[in-house]
Amino acid sequence: MTLATLFDNPLLLILAIPLASAGFLAVLPSWRLASWLNIVVSGTTFAASLSLFVRRPEPTKLLFIDDFNVYLVALTTFVGFTTSLFSAGYIARESAAARLSDLHLRFYHSMYQAFLFTMLLALSANNTGVMWVAVEAATLTTVLMVSLYRSREAIEAAWKYFILCSVGIGLALFGTTLVYLAAQPVMGDGADAMAWTLLIGQAAKFQPDLLNLAFVFLLVGYGTKVGLAPLHAWLPDAHAEGPTPISAVLSGLLLNVALYALLRFKMLIAANPDTLAPGPLMVLMGLSSLFLSGFMLMRRGDIKRLFAYSSIEHMGVITFAFGMGGPLANFAGLLHMTMHSLTKSGIFFAVGAITQNLGTKRLNEITGLTVSHPALGWGLAIAVLAIAGMPPMGVFMSEFLVVSSTFARQPLLAVPLIIGLLIAFAALATRLTAMLFGDPQPAQRGHGPASGLSTALAYGPLWLHVALVMVAGLYLPAPLVAWFETVAKMLG
Amino acid sequence: MSQQFSYEIAHLIGATQLMAGFGLLYQRRVFAVLNTFAFQALALAAAAAWQAHVQHAPHLYVTAAIALLFKALAVPFALHWLVEKLGIHRTVETALSIGWTMIVGVALVALSIMLVLPVTAAASALTRESLALAMSVVLLGMLMMITRRNAVTQVVGFMALENGLILAAVSAKGMPLVVEISIAFSVLVAMTVFGIFFFRIRERFDSLDVAYLESYRGDRS
Repeated sequence: MTLATLFDNPLLLILAIPLASAGFLAVLPSWRLASWLNIVVSGTTFAASLSLFVRRPEPTKLLFIDDFNVYLVALTTFVGFTTSLFSAGYIARESAAARLSDLHLRFYHSMYQAFLFTMLLALSANNTGVMWVAVEAATLTTVLMVSLYRSREAIEAAWKYFILCSVGIGLALFGTTLVYLAAQPVMGDGADAMAWTLLIGQAAKFQPDLLNLAFVFLLVGYGTKVGLAPLHAWLPDAHAEGPTPISAVLSGLLLNVALYALLRFKMLIAANPDTLAPGPLMVLMGLSSLFLSGFMLMRRGDIKRLFAYSSIEHMGVITFAFGMGGPLANFAGLLHMTMHSLTKSGIFFAVGAITQNLGTKRLNEITGLTVSHPALGWGLAIAVLAIAGMPPMGVFMSEFLVVSSTFARQPLLAVPLIIGLLIAFAALATRLTAMLFGDPQPAQRGHGPASGLSTALAYGPLWLHVALVMVAGLYLPAPLVAWFETVAKMLG
Repeated sequence: MSQQFSYEIAHLIGATQLMAGFGLLYQRRVFAVLNTFAFQALALAAAAAWQAHVQHAPHLYVTAAIALLFKALAVPFALHWLVEKLGIHRTVETALSIGWTMIVGVALVALSIMLVLPVTAAASALTRESLALAMSVVLLGMLMMITRRNAVTQVVGFMALENGLILAAVSAKGMPLVVEISIAFSVLVAMTVFGIFFFRIRERFDSLDVAYLESYRGDRS
């Protein structure tokens, strides 16, 4: 492949940049330089992904971009970029506090780019098998990063994550094989029977029973990775024990990617009139995630676990919305995916700064933030209120849409949904007031000194995300709305 | 060679793999589990090679070679060495008695046959039977992961599950990327073996152990 073809197809460029950087950062000895380079390449990938809006490349055998994944690619590269900013400040303090060695940091930056590459590949793959391999590789890279601190807890969390998600993606592969078998009599042998762009047009002719069976495996398999109850056991541990920038991308991006994989298959099922409706299963799993996490939120003592459970809650709401289906609920689901991504990664930026400033993850040792760190405390306050669903932020709008569309069609289902949302809201609000007010903690226990730069790198992305979520709650640009509507129609 | 003959052979190899799957469930000693697993991987290699021959798909020989060299030889040897090196318990710890595990296993096989055969009416007999066998192997692997407590036996359970997945993939006629998928799985398996060694996960995978979950319901403080 020549350089010219690389620039001809922006999608190849978007994939090549993180892949090449992953290799280069692995051999770069200086972690300080690596953390800046990480920002530069993540920013370049983001810029390259914006070009997809201007000119969309033709689908190839392996890669494609359509209305659905283009916005997830852009979101992934954007959050990847802001997290790389936060990560640079975070890493500098961890290294100063001697919590991570130079070798670990080199490895960390390389894996960060490798992780972005695998997610972007999973999103843009035009082949069910390539998508599966990419999701599997994303699991591997994140397992390595979750175990980065090498503590007993970190290793156990990584092991649990690894085993549960390996079984999950194993089942997803079985589902993928079944979908191939359903498609093969119609499409013939070979890669055509695995290409999204070709499958979707012919899906009505596939054998419905085989698709039903496949979807059960895919829902359990990719659902494990989405963190849906009762398959969520890996998620809180993996979020709590890894480095905080990784918690931010796990929650903000990886869960979305797994859900995207599931939704693509749901589109196939929906395109076949004789299949069972996948909706009720998804609604059930969504509601159980919402309730389980709502109650779990009440009893958390660890700040990162708290927000990990909140991610399960929101993934539950999103899965519920897509399970309801129809233009309005799908619209709400898509909007919620975006809003949750932005808000939750913003919250993890704040959480990273808090744990470093105070030297603890225990919730009962985090008090009086508005007095000791006003910019951080109020940023966290807005972000947590946003994620809890307070108006006028973006999450409120999407949750409101989910609830109202459910009311219009299945009023009885709206009751447990509202109760679940209220439980989660109450739990988060009480936790938040305890963190914000009260006597501030003595400052000398933090990890490493906070330089002006590292503070700016932590607060900047936090406030950027908070601002975006607030603006989105008040005003969504018309092109964005039109575009969510198109995708919502595609999802059926 | 007649269609019937190639079907009989594939069926025989698949059934061997399933029997090995049951064999894994009733072993009481870790070394016996490893030997049984090596046998199952050998059967997978034979199944992949046979499919390569029947489907005229030479790339499946690569899958067969990976199954033979990596899973039937390298991994069992590595795990054998690990068990000795780390002083891991030589007896299998069960969460569910062996008798009950076998009964559940038989029920799972019945379930997969009842699920797969009706829905694959359109596919060839070869694909149908292989798929039912593969799904049984997958479910038995999961059963082993759930009912056995040592880290090593859980990893073996995962690899048995994976043997079933690869059997399904090679039996799906003309499925692309099978080689890539088996390589991706090999990387996963290599990582688990490496993980046991590097992190000295000796006794059990605590977090799947129900007894342990009782004390872990809140946060660790």
